[in-house]
Amino acid sequence: MQRLLPHPLLTIILAIIWLLLSNSIALGQAALGLLLGWAIPFFALQFWPDKLKVHKPLTLLKFSYILLHDIVEANFIVALRILGKPEKLRPAFIVVPIDLNSDFGMSILANTSCLTPGSLSALLAPDRKSILMHAMDVEDVDAFIHTVKTRYEKPLKEIFEE
Amino acid sequence: MNIVLEVLLSVLIVTGALFTFIGSLGLARLRDFYTRLHGPTKGTTLGVGCLLIASSIFFSSQGDGLSLHEVLITLFLFITAPISAHLLAKSALHLKVESLVPLPDEAIARKNSQHKPYQTLD
Amino acid sequence: MIEVAIHIAFVLVSAALALNAWRLLKGPSAPDRILALDTLYINTIALLVLFGIHIQNGVYFEAALLIALMGFVGTVAMCKYLLRGDIIE
Repeated sequence: MQRLLPHPLLTIILAIIWLLLSNSIALGQAALGLLLGWAIPFFALQFWPDKLKVHKPLTLLKFSYILLHDIVEANFIVALRILGKPEKLRPAFIVVPIDLNSDFGMSILANTSCLTPGSLSALLAPDRKSILMHAMDVEDVDAFIHTVKTRYEKPLKEIFEE
Repeated sequence: MNIVLEVLLSVLIVTGALFTFIGSLGLARLRDFYTRLHGPTKGTTLGVGCLLIASSIFFSSQGDGLSLHEVLITLFLFITAPISAHLLAKSALHLKVESLVPLPDEAIARKNSQHKPYQTLD
Repeated sequence: MIEVAIHIAFVLVSAALALNAWRLLKGPSAPDRILALDTLYINTIALLVLFGIHIQNGVYFEAALLIALMGFVGTVAMCKYLLRGDIIE
């Protein structure tokens, strides 16, 4: 099983992407998509050294909802800041300590922080214990770190590690 | 095409274009590289996302069946925008591009992360 | 009504492209110019999608998809060059 179908989740995602790309749901296209989804993971296997396990699918759904909500909110906040006076902005570099261990969790956290209110991941510390973020306009550094840790890091830790 | 759909499409198109414009305005208007990075990564991504969703709804309503391949570009942009922003910030820090606030020194950042829970670097 | 919305959107996106070009010419640093190029290609996708709705034809979709893919690869390659002085090590 493991050798015949190395990565079932990737197979399904690739098949869906193929169907979207060909923009039809004909049976032939579905079969071709599944074939590609079965063949490609053999070549991509070395990029996925450790197995990805989702522990709590419900938390993942809730996290996705929070993320979508925050992305839209962040866009309005950033738009208002751009239209306001540039002199009034208080940008800052902030070191956010992280407790995540898995590579995948860390990259998701870095990407999330980039799409949410006024922050941007810039650098991962060499010891993998903290991420350097740049915030566009921050009043209270402690509150910012608290938001990142409770709102994004905690659910990610629950989903990908345990 | 009915009137509700037409209003929805018009609103999506104008909002999308407005966000795209505001993102680029941020790129032209803000005062240092690191704050400029925020405009295009957030505003432009959502703006183009809105336009692509409008396109998806428009071609689906044309009667040739569902048109969902625009979702691919939207997803792709949402995945790649943070990555290119991260790489740009990293290369700017590497080149020591000047900023309004003092640049964090890599060594200091590492030291602080070991001894204190967090530290502002200014 | 959609026609009016599309014309407003054309004006806004073109203005955005002009602002990006200004930043591309002015700089001042290399990452600034790469960021301007990156935004330029994303705005081009917006323009192509709008044009597709305008002429009611989906043929430009593939062009938009290719620009999205190639633009990202280009940005990453240029950033890598700035970081390491080399693209493929």
